[in-house]
Amino acid sequence: MSTKTETIKIALVGQPNVGKSALINSVGNARLKVGNFSGVTVRKEIVRFNRDGYDFEITDLPGSYSLTDYTIEERVTKKYLDDSEYDLILNVVDSTNIERNLYLTTELLALNKKIVVALNMTDEAVKEGVDIDEVQLGKILGVNCVKTSAVQKTGIDDVIQAIIKTYNLRENRFHLQFSEVFEEEITHIVSFLEEKKIKCKISLKALAIKLLREDKETYLRFHEEPIWTELQPIVNKAYQHLYLHYDTKDLDDIFNDEKSAVAKGAVVETVHFDKEVKQSLTDKIDNLLMHQFIGLPIFLFLMWGLFQLTFEVGSIPMDWIDAFFASLIDGTKSYLGDTELASVISDGAIAGVGAVVLFLPNIVILFLGIALLETTGYMSRVAFLLDGFFHKFGLHGKSFIPLVSGFGCSVPAYMAARTLKNDRDRLLTLFIIGFMSCGARLPIYVLFVGALFTEEQAGNILFLIYISGALIGVLAAKVLKITVFKGDDEPFVMEMPKYRLPSFKLIWHTVSAQAMMYLRKAGTYILLASVLIWFASNYPKQIEMEQEFQVKIEQTQNEETINALTNELALYKLENSYLGIIGHASEPFFAPLGYDWRMAIALETGLAAKEVVVATLGVLYGLGEEHDEESSGLIEKIRANISLPAGISFIVFVMIYLPCLAASMVFMREAGGWKYLGYLFVFTTATAWSLSFVAFNVAQVLT
Amino acid sequence: MKLNELKKGQLATVSEINANRELKNRFNSFGLVKGAIISIDGHSLAKKTMEICINKTHIALRASEAEKIEVTV
Repeated sequence: MSTKTETIKIALVGQPNVGKSALINSVGNARLKVGNFSGVTVRKEIVRFNRDGYDFEITDLPGSYSLTDYTIEERVTKKYLDDSEYDLILNVVDSTNIERNLYLTTELLALNKKIVVALNMTDEAVKEGVDIDEVQLGKILGVNCVKTSAVQKTGIDDVIQAIIKTYNLRENRFHLQFSEVFEEEITHIVSFLEEKKIKCKISLKALAIKLLREDKETYLRFHEEPIWTELQPIVNKAYQHLYLHYDTKDLDDIFNDEKSAVAKGAVVETVHFDKEVKQSLTDKIDNLLMHQFIGLPIFLFLMWGLFQLTFEVGSIPMDWIDAFFASLIDGTKSYLGDTELASVISDGAIAGVGAVVLFLPNIVILFLGIALLETTGYMSRVAFLLDGFFHKFGLHGKSFIPLVSGFGCSVPAYMAARTLKNDRDRLLTLFIIGFMSCGARLPIYVLFVGALFTEEQAGNILFLIYISGALIGVLAAKVLKITVFKGDDEPFVMEMPKYRLPSFKLIWHTVSAQAMMYLRKAGTYILLASVLIWFASNYPKQIEMEQEFQVKIEQTQNEETINALTNELALYKLENSYLGIIGHASEPFFAPLGYDWRMAIALETGLAAKEVVVATLGVLYGLGEEHDEESSGLIEKIRANISLPAGISFIVFVMIYLPCLAASMVFMREAGGWKYLGYLFVFTTATAWSLSFVAFNVAQVLT
Repeated sequence: MKLNELKKGQLATVSEINANRELKNRFNSFGLVKGAIISIDGHSLAKKTMEICINKTHIALRASEAEKIEVTV
């Protein structure tokens, strides 16, 4: 047999939390990959495998409660189902909550495609005393219904067989049965279309339904035809009957009523609820976690634990990574010698990428925590608990996780904002994540607070910086909500899913996908940016000056003088490098804030990474490159060179202005374009500038 | 009576949904339709949000949205 294997294209559709991903994972073999982010699937993923002589190509569509435009997921799903080529729909249904799930199924049936329904979570349904007659249900819906359990891996083969069988059906009849009144009107229209011998890709019944739904395309098609003059009165009459019967003129209402009725009818006829379960485990857990008074403290404690874990446990491998890159840099240098190539590879590329990879452990732990919150179903509860407070500032309850993640690193925070379904809520959250001071800004604060305040004040000032950053953030949210993202509040209507223990495989998948994405970014954007900054701070070369200094250094014996000369040379080189030129050029812009050109450059290199700010200041204030926030030499230099008002103003600017390049790139991708990065740049820079200006002047008056 | 006026543990039947098309579709897809029986699971601290249960589906919504749902006890 050498016939070409046929490919069955399948659209996998289901409501959220029905175990779609788990089912698809258990269908094929271990090799198939589903790049699906639990709860945050915005992109669709394709899975391919071979079974029984057919190639299966499954497109896993995002979870949707119905085929509307409410969320990004639903839009993606609807668009795919309407516009793409596929052979059949595999509709995954949660057997424990079948009526609501069948609502979506009725919408799918109305599409008039071949459908197989997988009644998933059969094991849970049995436990809850829900008994479904799948054969009868299949007859009512006119499709194949198969009981499955992704967890116990049962019914998987039956699904495959049902798919093959359905795929090979030549005829695709329209099975969805509405109420009598409705069917009567449909029959009228269908018989008219039949008399007129209308030819159509879809069945005439589906066409009639489209007419009754006021489907634009269908109307456009008929409007130009002579038949329209005859068709119109028939459709009109049908409307009048329906309006009368349903006591409303809202066609959506009528159709939604019909769909609910179909779902309910099917359940009444085929599902037997064995016993009234007293109180489910979910209810018991919710009594505690959703408690009016202790729910919130419990959540805050869990979050505190997560962040402790992120930074405490995360710091262990961080030391290893740090050491690894340090030795890699030394190794490269000793291997390639003291050449330009060695410098660009080690000081540029490796150092830059290393600084980003350094945060990988934190990111993995944070995402593990977030994935657990999401997949267990706790996240929705958190949104519920916090929505009241957040809504005051125009934010959504779910904004909390990305915002809190922002204190660690803005990169995962931007990615975490995907949990927000609504575009406007998501954008608003993305815009204010930067106000939550990330870990990389801490060294700058430590340096300046240490230099400008007494030791007793330092801790409080540091705390104040973080708190005021967050407060400015929520206030900025309010301002943005009133000005840019205005419009009606997006409704907060969310399902509180059942608590479930996620499978290890799913968690692993989610976390590893996030980690890979982060690493990929380190290997591309960061690599490029590091090399660019290295270039801008090393070129143009000052060969004459270098030689001059070299001579001077060789002439002196004094260690201190050599150090001073080396620093002077470094300063000269940087001041005359492209970066230095830019710094001088931008000095007037920063002058009203009290900064000199050195502080201006530090802020500009900080656009690449906030860690660079301290290193830059170290170089510029003449100390050579080996400086971190703890070097007392730098602290003294800062104290000597920067006034208190200028220092405070600098801190304020650092708190607010654009996050690092890596984060900006992620922001751009999550927000959906360069345009938004432009807005973010203007918004943060303007806010940072004005607030720094105010801080500088107020501090000047007070001191 | 409006949905947001109910207390924890009360049962009610939905008599009317006065929301725009988008929100109404959303409600419908959760099983919140005319005639559905709702029970109140509880409220958040300041009663800004509430949790209800319809036919095994637990749904959280704001008081401002609950206001749009007319119920009879």
